[in-house]
Amino acid sequence: MRSKVVLRRLLKNRQARYGLAALVILVALAYIGPFFGNYEWTEKDFLSFLSPPGPDHWWGTTAIGQDMYAITLRGMQKSIVIGLLVAVISTGLAAIVGAFAGYFGGWVDRLLMSGVELLLVLPSFLIIAIVSPRLKADSSWLWFVVLLAAFSWMVTSRVVRSMTISLREREYVQAAVYMGIPRWKIIFRHIVPNMSSLLIIDATLNVSAAIIGEAALSFFGFGIQPPDVSLGTLIASGSDNASGYPWLFAFPAGLLVLLVLSVNLIGDGLRDALDPGSNS
Amino acid sequence: MGKYLLRRLAINVILVALAASLAYMLAATTMNPRATYQGRQPPIPEAVIDQTLDAYNLNDKTPVLQRYATWASGVITGDFGKTWNGGSVNAEMGRRIFVSLRLLLIGTVLGFAVGVALGAVSAVRQYKLSDRLIGVSSFVIMAIPVFVLATLLAIATYNLNRGLGFTLIEYTGEYNPRLSGWDQFLNRLNHLILPTISLSLGSIAFYSRIQRNMMLDVLGQDFVRTAMAKGLRRRTALTKHALRTALIPSATYFAFAFGTMFTGAIFTEKIFAWHGMGAWLVDAINAQDVNSVAAVTFFTAICVLFAAFLSDLLVAALDPRVRVS
Repeated sequence: MRSKVVLRRLLKNRQARYGLAALVILVALAYIGPFFGNYEWTEKDFLSFLSPPGPDHWWGTTAIGQDMYAITLRGMQKSIVIGLLVAVISTGLAAIVGAFAGYFGGWVDRLLMSGVELLLVLPSFLIIAIVSPRLKADSSWLWFVVLLAAFSWMVTSRVVRSMTISLREREYVQAAVYMGIPRWKIIFRHIVPNMSSLLIIDATLNVSAAIIGEAALSFFGFGIQPPDVSLGTLIASGSDNASGYPWLFAFPAGLLVLLVLSVNLIGDGLRDALDPGSNS
Repeated sequence: MGKYLLRRLAINVILVALAASLAYMLAATTMNPRATYQGRQPPIPEAVIDQTLDAYNLNDKTPVLQRYATWASGVITGDFGKTWNGGSVNAEMGRRIFVSLRLLLIGTVLGFAVGVALGAVSAVRQYKLSDRLIGVSSFVIMAIPVFVLATLLAIATYNLNRGLGFTLIEYTGEYNPRLSGWDQFLNRLNHLILPTISLSLGSIAFYSRIQRNMMLDVLGQDFVRTAMAKGLRRRTALTKHALRTALIPSATYFAFAFGTMFTGAIFTEKIFAWHGMGAWLVDAINAQDVNSVAAVTFFTAICVLFAAFLSDLLVAALDPRVRVS
C-alpha cells in the first residue's frame, strides 16, 4: 500500500517526527488543557487585574481579569479549526478550478484563468478587511473562513492546471474518454487523484498560511469579532503593552509560532515522503 | 519584443482598472461615510451632511453607478477624489507614496539579495554548520508572522535603549523633524533600520530556501562540472554558471513576494508608526474613507503588476532559452 510506505517514510524523517509530536501536544493542550485550568474562558476574576503568572492564574490575567491560560487555549482552538477548514476549502477549490481549466481548455480555461489573474491582483487583505467586520451574525467566523479560503487558492490552481494539461494526454485518461465516461467524472476519478501528493502537501502548508492569515486580520480587528477570541485578537491586545505585561503577548504569540512551525515541519516532511524526487 | 510589451501593457492597464473599480464598488456599497458625520454633538442638519457628502462624491443617496462614473472620470484625468473629511486624496497619496516606496524598495532589494546570497552559500556548504544554521533559522523565521516579529523587535530595541540609557536605535516614527541637513539624513536611516529588518527578514528566509534547493539542483549538473573542468576558478564557475541558472526560479517568485511584502508593510508601518500607504489602508477602512481605499488598491495593483513585469524581464535576461513572443 502506498499510504503505508508514505507513512513509514514520514515517520523516518526526523523533522516530520518533531513536527507531528509538537502538533499532537499543541492540539491536546488546546482541547484537553482547558479541563485542567482553574477558570473558564468566559470567567472574569475581579480580584486580579493584570496579575503576572502565578499558582492561581497559571499564565497571568488580562486587564479585565480574564484568565490568560483559559482564553489563550480557547483562542488556539479557534485558530486550529479555522486553519483546517480554510486549508480544505481552498485546496479543494484549487483542484476543481485548475482541473476544469486544464482539462477543458479553450474558453473555459481562458475564463477561469482570467478570474484567477484578477483575484491575484485584487488586494485580498482589503476585501476581507471591509467585508468581515460587517458580518454581524453568530456564525460570522464561518463566513470569515469562506473569505480566507476564497483568496488563498489561486496559485495552487495554476499548478494544478498545468499538471492537468499533461495528465490529459495520458493513455488511461484517453481510454476513459473512449469508454464514454463523462468528462466531469474523468476529472474526479482519474485526474484529481493523480495529483493527490501535490494536493496533500498544499493543504498542509495552507493550514499554517491560514492560521497566520487569520491572526493577521484579527490583529487589526478585521477578523474574529469579540466576544470570540483567536490567537490573532489576543496577540493584538497583548502587543499594545508587551514590554510592561509580557505574558499578555508571549503566550499567544509563542503558541502561534509553535503551531505554524509544527505544521510547516509536517508539510515539509510530507513533501519528502510523497514526492522523493522533488526538493523544493 | 515591442508588440509583446504593448500587449502586456494593455492587459496590465485593464487589470489595474478592474482591480481599482472592484475595490471602489465594494467600498462604496459597504462603507458608510455618513456615519462619521451623524453621531456628532451638536448634531449636524441632514441637509448640510448631504451637501458635504455630495461635494466629496460620497453621498450614499446618489446611486452607486453614478458615484462610480464621477470617480472613474476623475481618476482618468488623474484626480482620485476627496478623503472623507474633504482633503485631497492626491495630496495625501503624494505624501505617503514615497514613505512606502522607500520602505518597500529597500526591503525587496535587501530581501532578495541577502536571501539569494545566504541560499547560495548554504548550498555550496551543504550539511556544514553554516548550512544547518541558515536552514533552521529560515524555517523558524518563516513561522513568525510579521506583526509578532515587529513587536518583538520593538520590545528588544526598547529594552536595549533603556539599558544603554540613550536611544541607539529608533523604534517609532519616520524621522525627527527637529533635525536638519546631514543629521536629518542619519536620523532617517536610523529610523529605517527596524522596519527594514522586520519587512525583509521574512523574504530573506523565503528566498534563501528556494535558492538553496535550486542551487543544489544546479551544482550536480554537467555544465557546472564542465565549467570547472575547462579551468575556471571555482568562484567564477559557481557565480557565473551555477548561480545565474539557479537564480531563475527565485526571480519568478519576485512578483509573488512583492505582494506579500506590501501586506507586510501594512503591519510594519502600523507598528512602527510610519505614515505610508499600508497604514493608510487600515486608517481608511476604519474611517470609512471610500476614495482613499480605492486609491491604495490602485497603487498596490500597479506595484504587483510592475513586479510581475520585472520578474519576467529578469527571467528573460537570466535564461538564454526564454524568447518572448
